[in-house]
Amino acid sequence: MRFVIVILFLFSSVIVDARIIITGKGQAVQTLKEAVSLAKDGDTILLKNGIYKEGNILITRSITLLGEGNSILDGNHKTELLTISGKNITVKKILFQNAGYSALNDFAAVKVIDASNILLEQNTITNSYFAIHISNTSHCSIRNNRITGTPTSEQLTGNGIHLWKSNHALIETNYVSGHRDGIYFEFVTESTIRNNLSENNIRYGLHFMFSHSDHYINNTFKKNGAGVAVMYSKKVIMTGNHFEENWGPSAYGILLKEITDGMISNNTFLKNTVGIYMEGSSRMEIQKNAFKNNGWAMKVQASCDDNNIHHNNFNGNSFDIATNGTMMLNKFFNNYWDKYEGYDINKDGIGDVPYHPVSMYAMIVEQNPTTLILMRSFMVSILDKAEKAIPSLTPENLLDDKPMMKPNAL
Amino acid sequence: MLKLSRYVLYDILRSKVVLAYTLFLFIVSFSLFQLEENDSKAILSLLTIVLIVVPLISMIFTTIHYYNSYEFIELMLSQPLSRTRILLSEYAGVALSLLSAFLIGVGIPVLFFAFDETGLALLFTGIALTLVFTSIAFLASVKARDKARGIGAALLLWFYFALIYDGLVLLILFAFSDYPMEKFTLLLSALNPIDLGRIFIMLKMDISALMGYTGALYKDFFGSGTGVFFTLGIMLLWITLPLLWAIRVFKRKDL
Repeated sequence: MRFVIVILFLFSSVIVDARIIITGKGQAVQTLKEAVSLAKDGDTILLKNGIYKEGNILITRSITLLGEGNSILDGNHKTELLTISGKNITVKKILFQNAGYSALNDFAAVKVIDASNILLEQNTITNSYFAIHISNTSHCSIRNNRITGTPTSEQLTGNGIHLWKSNHALIETNYVSGHRDGIYFEFVTESTIRNNLSENNIRYGLHFMFSHSDHYINNTFKKNGAGVAVMYSKKVIMTGNHFEENWGPSAYGILLKEITDGMISNNTFLKNTVGIYMEGSSRMEIQKNAFKNNGWAMKVQASCDDNNIHHNNFNGNSFDIATNGTMMLNKFFNNYWDKYEGYDINKDGIGDVPYHPVSMYAMIVEQNPTTLILMRSFMVSILDKAEKAIPSLTPENLLDDKPMMKPNAL
Repeated sequence: MLKLSRYVLYDILRSKVVLAYTLFLFIVSFSLFQLEENDSKAILSLLTIVLIVVPLISMIFTTIHYYNSYEFIELMLSQPLSRTRILLSEYAGVALSLLSAFLIGVGIPVLFFAFDETGLALLFTGIALTLVFTSIAFLASVKARDKARGIGAALLLWFYFALIYDGLVLLILFAFSDYPMEKFTLLLSALNPIDLGRIFIMLKMDISALMGYTGALYKDFFGSGTGVFFTLGIMLLWITLPLLWAIRVFKRKDL
């Protein structure tokens, strides 16, 4: 009995002990460094409005750092601002600015390393090298942050949200712009990226390497230098994303390289140079996507196999599909193609003549890109028509044998 | 000279062919803008009209007109007028009527539905092509001995510029695919007014991003002021050179 009381007593003392340390000018605790050194597990530091230029601050205990909306940590372009290593740590409503640049270290506004259950919420990060840099963590949540960089060159700018070797991360409703890669994943598993907007980054809006079993849902990737790249990953599910205006000589809506067993569904690809570029990808389910006004809707290289591409809508793309060989091991069915000219006698909504989505000119361009100068020339359309009548150069088995007469409902 | 042009113009207007051409262009452009949900798609279809139909009509109409007013020209030659002035006023009359047909038929719908850089580029190309092919047609008809040959030559020239030339370009690009051909294709494009006009509009429509390195190069060139002046200059050359040649031949011709 006494033992239980002692335990209860200890327990209650812990609860009572959870203090709020108010920090700021004119308060008992003046600097954030001091507050962090005073804080014990469970404490909250309330950082009053003001600018704090205290160099690098290290948090290792389970505390909450709470800003008032205008509590600014400034690094004077010299140092990393906040380093977090521990568990159950929350950072909320802080403004980070001017974190330092280093060619040797990946300086970040917020760096999380060897940690778990970290929550970064409603922070604003401007003008930093890396904005949020996370490595070797589990169960981290990054929510409602606003990250803007001032891009210079690919070498001098870090990633917006950078995750390395983590699991069960949640990246939600963030805004990232002006960094190298908006969101970067490497060796990150079973994580979710949801409702983010990543735009005007100088390389990729989202960059994904060796990250298996991740979901990304309802994000928008817009006007990034090279779109989105997903490489060497398995079981990635991408649904409801918008890939828009990734336009430039080497820009893709999404670049798939060595991706297997994934699913791409209900996405919108609008005005990209290439909607989906696939290389060495297998067993992908690509369905119910809308491809609109892209240069190439899809480039499916001959190294892809066993992919199912069905129930997509292709509208107003300069080229529907392009490929680099005559081998085609993927299945196309029940897609809607705006260039389809067939008929439907039995009125079941499915065209009776197969559609060949690769045009003669697309093959010519693939072999000799300079010939794009002849685009929309009268001669080219005659060539295409002739090839449609008697196919000889385009891959024979790349066809949609059940093309839809009307656009699929997405 | 103005007086003579005015007579030519009245004569053309009386024949109603130009009116039919105007109406045709107007109905096509108007219905294209109505049918397509997207204005830029309508512009793309209009591009085909401008690149194929406008040169064809300009060529055929000019040639037929030249032979039909042959007697009028002969009558004028008996007057104290220089041959240069006679041919130039013929050119002015024909070009003006075709230009106004184009500006009313395509210009008004474009200004109404797609008044932007692409639309203006399309109008510029249409105007330039009308003038260029009128002047080429004059050369062809002055050179040819009779009407049948004249029309045949005009059709052949149109066929060459609209179709055969692009085939040749494709052939050259494939034959020399191991070499950097970007600068050379720039030169090739200048040798065909239809191609030059097409590329000028395509780059305004931002197709350049499809073309990788080549596209970037072209965009750099055609997107800049130099590119606009280049296009303008080459088009002017295409208008004046055949016309000057035609005048030269006309002056020495035994009519």
